[in-house]
Amino acid sequence: MDYFLSEEQEMIVEIARQITDERIIPQRAELDEKDEFPRAILGEMARADLFGVPIPEEFGGFGGGCLDIVLALEQLGRGCIGVGTAFAASSLGIYPILIAGSQEMREKYLPDVASGKKFAAFGLTEANAGSDASGIQTTAVLDGEEWVLNGTKQWITNGGEAQIYSVVAITDRSKGARGASMLVVEEGDPGFSCGPKEKKMGIRASSTTELIFKDCRIPQDRLIGRKGTGFITVMKTLDSSRPGIAALGLGLAQGALDEAASYAKQRVQFGKPIMAFQAVQHMLADMAIQLEAARALVYGAARHIDAHPNNMSKVSSMCKVFATDMAMKVATDAVQVMGGYGYMREYPVEKMMRDAKILQIYEGTNQIQRNVVGQELNKEYTRA
Amino acid sequence: MKIIVCIKQVPDAKDVRLDPKTNTLAREGVQSIMNPYDQHAVEEAVRLKELLGGEVTVLSMGPPQAEKVLRQAISCGADHAVLVSDRAFAGADTWATSYTLAKAVNVIGAFDLLLCGKQAIDGDTAQVGPGLAMRLQIPYVTCVQKVRKATDTGLVLERMMDDGYDVLALDYPALLTVVKDINEPRVPSLKGKMRAKKVEIRKLTAADIGADPACIGLPGSPTQVVKVFPPEARCKRAVFTGSLDDQIGQLVDSLQSYL
Repeated sequence: MDYFLSEEQEMIVEIARQITDERIIPQRAELDEKDEFPRAILGEMARADLFGVPIPEEFGGFGGGCLDIVLALEQLGRGCIGVGTAFAASSLGIYPILIAGSQEMREKYLPDVASGKKFAAFGLTEANAGSDASGIQTTAVLDGEEWVLNGTKQWITNGGEAQIYSVVAITDRSKGARGASMLVVEEGDPGFSCGPKEKKMGIRASSTTELIFKDCRIPQDRLIGRKGTGFITVMKTLDSSRPGIAALGLGLAQGALDEAASYAKQRVQFGKPIMAFQAVQHMLADMAIQLEAARALVYGAARHIDAHPNNMSKVSSMCKVFATDMAMKVATDAVQVMGGYGYMREYPVEKMMRDAKILQIYEGTNQIQRNVVGQELNKEYTRA
Repeated sequence: MKIIVCIKQVPDAKDVRLDPKTNTLAREGVQSIMNPYDQHAVEEAVRLKELLGGEVTVLSMGPPQAEKVLRQAISCGADHAVLVSDRAFAGADTWATSYTLAKAVNVIGAFDLLLCGKQAIDGDTAQVGPGLAMRLQIPYVTCVQKVRKATDTGLVLERMMDDGYDVLALDYPALLTVVKDINEPRVPSLKGKMRAKKVEIRKLTAADIGADPACIGLPGSPTQVVKVFPPEARCKRAVFTGSLDDQIGQLVDSLQSYL
């Protein structure tokens, strides 16, 4: 379908497509097998200016919007959402600075992320605080002119690989949700370390570790925005980033459909390519229909967000749920179409099916997304 | 550091067809690309620029649509683009082409280094690079697989040979032709693509470069293509399968049938 992209958007797609076809697809199986962080590929993306897409021009970026980043991530996701996740997590890590950081802070951190010289990461989740962010235990206490952080973040994407970490910590427990703040921790800060790389079911090219703070001391000016605004910044960050996860789902599903359909054209059983059988055709048709419906929703949501940045929660959650549930279904069906071959590691759909699962879990589980949509509906119908 | 890279638009080898009547390459409706070796030459030029400073000019002789490959080179980091285009250039062989490019290089002005791909994948002659160097009276090295050292005054290179490689040092000005091993061409950048869209391409005609009409195009080309034909298939081939003993048995049987 023609989505009437601008010339600049077509350029983003072309570049991300070329990187995906020439760099990611030939290497994805090995990266997955070896749990290897894709430094060289991310370097290529940096050189192609992709890290600058979501960053304003005054900080060396391209000044792109939600749809621009969605288009890039969709292409990367077609190759490997592990690589796509490493890329997306760097944007996620700087959104808090973009959204709530001071001008000095933006000038300090954004240009290096835009050029890909440094990676960023976002630290929210803890052992007892996942979907329920109010369970956060990590604290930041002002001691003279320094913040002192204590606590442990869990399952942080780009942990150990990033140089810039946006971290949520409690600065005043008595104030509940208004007692959380966001701070920037840098690689090498005293008292800060990353745990060993977690062993995951999928997206194994991406790095996932704990962030450990033991009397970690950082300068006072590392506070992002005002004290106590941490949760608001987190919500705004996730509202902005979720369509990117939806886009990884679109890409993954497109890759799975491409594999399944070309296999079905070649695989001969009962004297015919299995594509000729209606049972297979209907599966492929359903995959294509669901994918296109999701793409229309994600692009539409991204355009809405670009036009109405203050009213994005509902559409952002809607597109994340729909596109990632779709990706799981399409990847599973792609394995089914390819039968025994699909289950083998020699073919890429096995990895796609393992990878797809995380899309329904991270960046807010799909159950939490439904809560967001439900709460928004509740508000809308109360007003009516 | 001023670097000029000569590039050529060629039909995509993935999509090659012969015109059944003339036996020449059918160019109608065939996707055109930048000659793959030239992509490596552009990449090496951009890397040398990043290392030593300066600018990279890409030069192509071809029809107006060759602009596309010049813009592609800009998107990958080249600074300026020159298209030498004139109906009078049509039918040029490597002799006339190297004359035309040499004339164009003289118009572009002073340079330190000229880079070319080893050969173009349509003609496969590998003659234009050396021909151009001879016309310009500068030293050249063909089949460069690695730049070991680059300074403001010269280069240390590896030249690919059948049985290994030679290590050579030379001073500017010079011309190199490069093989694919020399580097991995980069993906164009977003800023590069935007610049490529807007960049003005300098266009030069036969008159602009002061070309002698007798030296360009068909009149300037001593090579005349008399006939083009597909080579005959070599001979029958057989693949033996089974255990090694079986295969040896089959081979002996097969050889005996010729005795």
